[in-house]
Amino acid sequence: MNVIVSLILSGGAISILVAIPFLAVWALPYVFGIHLEWLFGIVIPYLAVIIFFVGIVYRVVKWAKCPVPFRIPSTCGQQYTLPWIKRNYAEKLDNPFTKAGVVGRMILEVLCFRSLFRNTKLNFGDGLHVRYASSKWLWLAAMGFHYCFLIVLIRHLRFFTEPMPFFVSIIEKVDGFFQFFLPVAYQSGLLLGAALTFLLLRRLLIPQVRYVSLPADYFPLFLILTIAGTGILMRYVFKADVVSIKELTMGLVTFSPKIPEGISVLFYIHLFLVSVLFAYFPFSKLVHMSGVFLSPTRNLSNNNRAVRHINPWNPKVKLHTYEEYEDDFREKMIEAGLPVEKKVAPTEQKE
Amino acid sequence: MAEIPKSWNVPSPDGLVKEVDHSPASMGLQKGWMSTTPVEIKPGMHCYAALPKRSKALGMPNPRNWSAMDEDWKLPRNWKEIVLEGMKERLGKFRSFQLFMDICVRCGACADKCHYFIGSADPKNMPVLRAELLRSVYRKNFTTAGKLLGPIAGARDLTLDVLKEWWYYLYQCSECRRCSVFCPYGIDTAEITMMGRELTNLLGLNIDWIAAPIDFCYRTGNHMGIQPHAYKEMMEFFVDEVENYTGVRVEPSFNRKGAEILFVTPSGDVFGDPGTYTAMGYLVLFHELGLDVTWSTYASEGGNFGLFTSNEVMKRLNAKMYAEAKRLGVKWILGGECGHMWRVCNQYMGTMNLDMAKGSKMEEPVSPITGTKFENAKSTKMVHICEFTADLIRNNKLKLDPSRNDHLTVTMHDSCNPARGMGFFEEPRYVIKNVCNHFYDMPENTIREQTFCCGAGSGLNAGEDMELRMRGGLPRANAVKYVHEKYGVNKLACICAIDRAVLVDLMQYFVPEVDVTGIHEMVANAMILEGEKEKTVDLRGEPLPGKEDSK
Repeated sequence: MNVIVSLILSGGAISILVAIPFLAVWALPYVFGIHLEWLFGIVIPYLAVIIFFVGIVYRVVKWAKCPVPFRIPSTCGQQYTLPWIKRNYAEKLDNPFTKAGVVGRMILEVLCFRSLFRNTKLNFGDGLHVRYASSKWLWLAAMGFHYCFLIVLIRHLRFFTEPMPFFVSIIEKVDGFFQFFLPVAYQSGLLLGAALTFLLLRRLLIPQVRYVSLPADYFPLFLILTIAGTGILMRYVFKADVVSIKELTMGLVTFSPKIPEGISVLFYIHLFLVSVLFAYFPFSKLVHMSGVFLSPTRNLSNNNRAVRHINPWNPKVKLHTYEEYEDDFREKMIEAGLPVEKKVAPTEQKE
Repeated sequence: MAEIPKSWNVPSPDGLVKEVDHSPASMGLQKGWMSTTPVEIKPGMHCYAALPKRSKALGMPNPRNWSAMDEDWKLPRNWKEIVLEGMKERLGKFRSFQLFMDICVRCGACADKCHYFIGSADPKNMPVLRAELLRSVYRKNFTTAGKLLGPIAGARDLTLDVLKEWWYYLYQCSECRRCSVFCPYGIDTAEITMMGRELTNLLGLNIDWIAAPIDFCYRTGNHMGIQPHAYKEMMEFFVDEVENYTGVRVEPSFNRKGAEILFVTPSGDVFGDPGTYTAMGYLVLFHELGLDVTWSTYASEGGNFGLFTSNEVMKRLNAKMYAEAKRLGVKWILGGECGHMWRVCNQYMGTMNLDMAKGSKMEEPVSPITGTKFENAKSTKMVHICEFTADLIRNNKLKLDPSRNDHLTVTMHDSCNPARGMGFFEEPRYVIKNVCNHFYDMPENTIREQTFCCGAGSGLNAGEDMELRMRGGLPRANAVKYVHEKYGVNKLACICAIDRAVLVDLMQYFVPEVDVTGIHEMVANAMILEGEKEKTVDLRGEPLPGKEDSK
């Protein structure tokens, strides 16, 4: 699977995914007089959300049912030890001894991408000049992408709530702080696009990363880029009929779905791709979102010597006992003056 | 430059580095990594296969003569079934394995963190790709997308070529966990390698450098296969040496019932230089303190090559420590300087074997000299000797003259396992700084939790894979070279017996001006002993600073 095939496959998949709602909603009514808006506006979104939740629950339950035989945190700071060896807050979080420390470590990991923040870059110079420099670009792009995506999601709550919760309008205000363009441009959308582009370029241009990439790495990037793209188009270029769309989305959340008139095909493409993303999520690498919480190298405290960790399937194994060992070496041990449990049995004494 | 032995079969350091290209043409656009199988198994980059006589006592499967260089690996006919069954079983038993198969996003943060990738530039030594070798088979056999879409979903069949590729790269990973520090999801390649090695062991594909030690350890009590009488004899030799150099006759005891403390340390330190000087250091320390401690010939191994074989073998070898502690009636166990030993003793021992301590006289460790309670070891009842000594120094219980080490300019190599499997950074540094006047750390990206492997961890410290060891050791050697040139460092201190054995070679190759030592060798050299003669030499018989003429 080389990079070209990967790009063609994932690019092709996105094209097909765009073509499906386009043809179904735009062409079918013209050619055959068939209307499928209900399928793309109601059935598929519902299905996607169901698949998303059932899928995530399935994945998490599967992981959670799997035992953690050993307590194996990666310790990234000084251990809890003699009382006069002081540990600063960073060390208490990077090598937690208590549950509170673990919670702190997980918060840092999930909200701040702590481990990625450590990233370094290898500079392999001439001869023996190997150096490591701090490299925060990946961390920055990852933070930018995830938080912008979150803000965009929260902003979309305006379509699913009536009245709109206060925090949605606050976020909208902050997000449109610079008040340029009309309608006011949201920074989150632009940053999201920029971060995604960085992540894609990085994947394509860094030889090592390109080499390990699969279609499953390009596909979600393309998918989210296309979703963002169609969203931006609807807001700034081909203005969507927001009132009708809200009628549809409110119908969905209140379980009284209906298809209002006047919704453009662009919206159906956007909605279909979002549905695909939801349905794809639990069965792809995107489940790292829930997986990170269960990672045994992060969510356990380094207190093995103080508190025993139980392995539910701790195997029964055959031990080479001291008695067997002494049987093997008794005479040599006696000769060397080593203490033994049993003297040589009289029958074995040859003299 | 010191002479590099011909038998190592390695190019000169410059030549070795020159070939390294981290974005080689093979990473170009034409070929994906999956189409680069079969792998070329290169001499010098792998260890010899386990001999059939090994591990018979442990009942390991498929004993036979075989070689990785041969076409035919003499596998059981149903090998594929065995591997896939084994994989299925382990996916259900280890959350780490199941999760790490599922959540990698291939961000590549780990790629340039692996010492073997840095030194060899072999793309499959990137931790992410090492894991993908297994993940691809996982997807094909255990995920719907993989079954339906095959290579499009990154899935591939388990073929003989794939198995050989697994083996080659699973035994080019030292389970050092450096990549896991940088992974945003904490994916730990050591876990994946451990699972992979368990699978290879189902087919009898262990390497002899691991199989022999586990066989020896099971029967004779230690990796080196030293029998009890010989163990005692070797220690008696140390006793004479110590007397020779210090004028003090130490009196270690063996298998002594009723001792307060059982001391367990890797047998490598009894067996080979420069670990032997560290062993002598322990003897000196215990004698000076009058510690009620016994050595054991049965539990004469701290290390545990079972960790590199399977969790069952690890448990079987480790069990001796508690069994012996109980038999001898000791209160607690003191553990010597060792790397992977402390990964096992910190993260596995209590879980695996604490039941064996039931009914014993063991209790929460208390230093008989200072009265300090080692609260952090109250469950396993096992204390690291550096914790013990740091506590002694802190409480002024040792008479030290650090100027006796003034000819040393010291840096410290954090061993991977105590670093990333324990967080053992300040204790050894505190001890070193109190017994030496000249200490300089290496650059921050190469020490503590970011420390680099010696290049030969996890059972790869053989003699036939010197190229792999030198390549893997390159980042470590490079950092030592840096402090050698900047501060004149001439001693590399470490708290690991494998380090003591292999860093000597690595230094000889890259930085021959630097020598290797354990910490308790330096401690003993700095100690002012009761009744010592006028000291002119250290435990190696080499003159102390200012005493060069007196020999």
